[in-house]
Amino acid sequence: MKKITEQSNACFSEFDITIQPGKRLDKSLKELWQYRDLFFFLAWRDFKVRYKQTIIGALWAFLRPLLTMIVFTIIFGKVAGLPSQGDAPYAIMVFSAMLPWYFFSSSFGDGSNALVANSSMISKVYFPRIIIPISTLFVNLVDLGISFVILLILMIYYQFAPSTNIVFLPLFLLLAIAFTIALTLWMSALNVKYRDIRYIVPFIIQFGLYVSPVGFSSEVITNKWRIIYSLNPMVGVIDGFRWCIIGKAANFYWPGFIISIAFTIFLLISGYLFFSNTERKFADII
Amino acid sequence: MSDVVIRAENISKKYIIGHEKQASYSTFSESLSSAAHSIRNKILHPFSADNETTELEEFWALKDINFEIKQGDKVGIIGRNGAGKSTLLKILSRITEPTTGKIGIKGRVASLLEVGTGFHPELTGRENIFLNGAILGMTKKEIKMKFDEIVDFSGIEKFLDTPVKRYSSGMYVRLAFAVAAHLEPEILIIDEVLAVGDAEFQKKCLGKMDEVSQEGRTLIFVSHNMAAIKALCTRGLLLKNGYTISDDIINNIVALYDNHTKPPSCKVTKNSILTKASISPSIINNSAKQLITITLTIKPTFPLPNYFMIGLEDNYGNRIFTNGTHLDANWHKIKLNTTISCKFPPPSLTPGNYWISIAIGHENPRHNLEFHRCALGITVENKEANTTSSLLPGQGSIVVDANWSCS
Repeated sequence: MKKITEQSNACFSEFDITIQPGKRLDKSLKELWQYRDLFFFLAWRDFKVRYKQTIIGALWAFLRPLLTMIVFTIIFGKVAGLPSQGDAPYAIMVFSAMLPWYFFSSSFGDGSNALVANSSMISKVYFPRIIIPISTLFVNLVDLGISFVILLILMIYYQFAPSTNIVFLPLFLLLAIAFTIALTLWMSALNVKYRDIRYIVPFIIQFGLYVSPVGFSSEVITNKWRIIYSLNPMVGVIDGFRWCIIGKAANFYWPGFIISIAFTIFLLISGYLFFSNTERKFADII
Repeated sequence: MSDVVIRAENISKKYIIGHEKQASYSTFSESLSSAAHSIRNKILHPFSADNETTELEEFWALKDINFEIKQGDKVGIIGRNGAGKSTLLKILSRITEPTTGKIGIKGRVASLLEVGTGFHPELTGRENIFLNGAILGMTKKEIKMKFDEIVDFSGIEKFLDTPVKRYSSGMYVRLAFAVAAHLEPEILIIDEVLAVGDAEFQKKCLGKMDEVSQEGRTLIFVSHNMAAIKALCTRGLLLKNGYTISDDIINNIVALYDNHTKPPSCKVTKNSILTKASISPSIINNSAKQLITITLTIKPTFPLPNYFMIGLEDNYGNRIFTNGTHLDANWHKIKLNTTISCKFPPPSLTPGNYWISIAIGHENPRHNLEFHRCALGITVENKEANTTSSLLPGQGSIVVDANWSCS
């Protein structure tokens, strides 16, 4: 019997693709590279369609973070009287957190719904499924760029020069991207089977906004709790963004940052494994 | 190295169909505890089917399918609805995985299971060409190269910059097929996509597919349009209820399929008086003049049946004509025998499949002993591409030669 199996395996070795139950789909980097244009076109489609049939169009990309920043500055800075970091104006401190937060929350929200939203494609065409949730990131990267322009305008308004640390910003952006992808992979794959996710995700985002130090500085949290607080990788990302933009005055909490990175890597690997183990069944259950 | 490009071994696909049980919770707390129980189960066994509130039934969409397809083969997959054709295509295109078995594929596969997958209604025709092309696996460079050809083939230049939500359904389909037709994979898998669009466009699509297959590419094609399958494919695979019935040259497969599409009550059983029925010729063309002969063999029972009737029906069950021994004045001059034959001139019929039902009985008093519905099949082929080929289903089955003129 074993001999026969070996023989038949040898027969199949000459083929480029082998389809077999239980075998994880062969998604080599090579294949993702073949489909690289699909990443681009899906992102471009989302971008094109995003503000269709709206009156002020892309202005929404400016308005949303700007209005939230104003509300937070008034409530946390003026009404609650929480301290800013160093001599940075409260508005800038809030806005430097708003950049990664909005990127995360919008991509996570769109991404976890992406597979279900594109179900007709999944049940009719083959392509590496992972492209769908990840491509939603690109649109939000563009929004992030727009928000960055607003930050520059704010800095000019407050006459606040950014710190030289700003050269490290891409590293923290990378962490934000990794964390977003990790969570999106988990949630989008779960969403295929359990549509409960559709209700859970907005809740996570809303909850996260208050739990993460977006409207206030994470120095408000006492040191005793800070290490646990850092289990939320967005704490590390937001602290990092502030450190880059505001500079030395924003004390950087290294133990927390390392925990953020470790937790993100764990989520990313487990999310990827979960996604690639379940994607074979997507077409059957979506 | 062999030139086998697809090898499938023991492919089976099982679906679990759930039938919802009637919920019988009487109190709120009972239903709450039941919900809690099922949540606990879900957490312990995620992705396992929910067996709390539904009754499950296994359904094998495919069972032990084996085949090999060689480079350049043009294979038609035939079968009735639910035979497993689409499931097989989905497995071959890697959309869903088989439950058992193994498939090896050599070369780039493009599958077209639906026209216009991923089209976005808000985007223009031009934008959708790029988007759809990318979804089907083309690179931006390839699409750019083929762009003019695609637009040309679709014939919608004028509306290239209009959002496709403003398109008519015909335009939409033409554009979508145009994109797909310009894929250049080594293996092309096409499901029943030609059912859409007008006759002229269908012809164009078939032409394009033929062109593709002439270039030595491998083609796997599913359709209910036997004429298209016969024209395009050289080999066929007949599926029925998930099993392979036959794997043969296409003409044999189509003939076999026609036999399998007979209504179920056509069998001549052991106990019936009629033991054998045959028809010659069983394939005619619509300009044939040769008489058709039906030969019936009956058991030597006493008294011997002396009343016979035949009726011709089209594929949709419409009776075209009825004839019987009572209409033939010469009938009683013939000595009674166990072999009866009936000759009649071929009626002018549109191409398609027709069925002959047979009744056997006694003349005096006249009553039926047996009725065999659709006992024999007869196929009318289109000999030359004449006017009848442009008739659509539902436009009748009798061919009449008419002269049209102006006065």
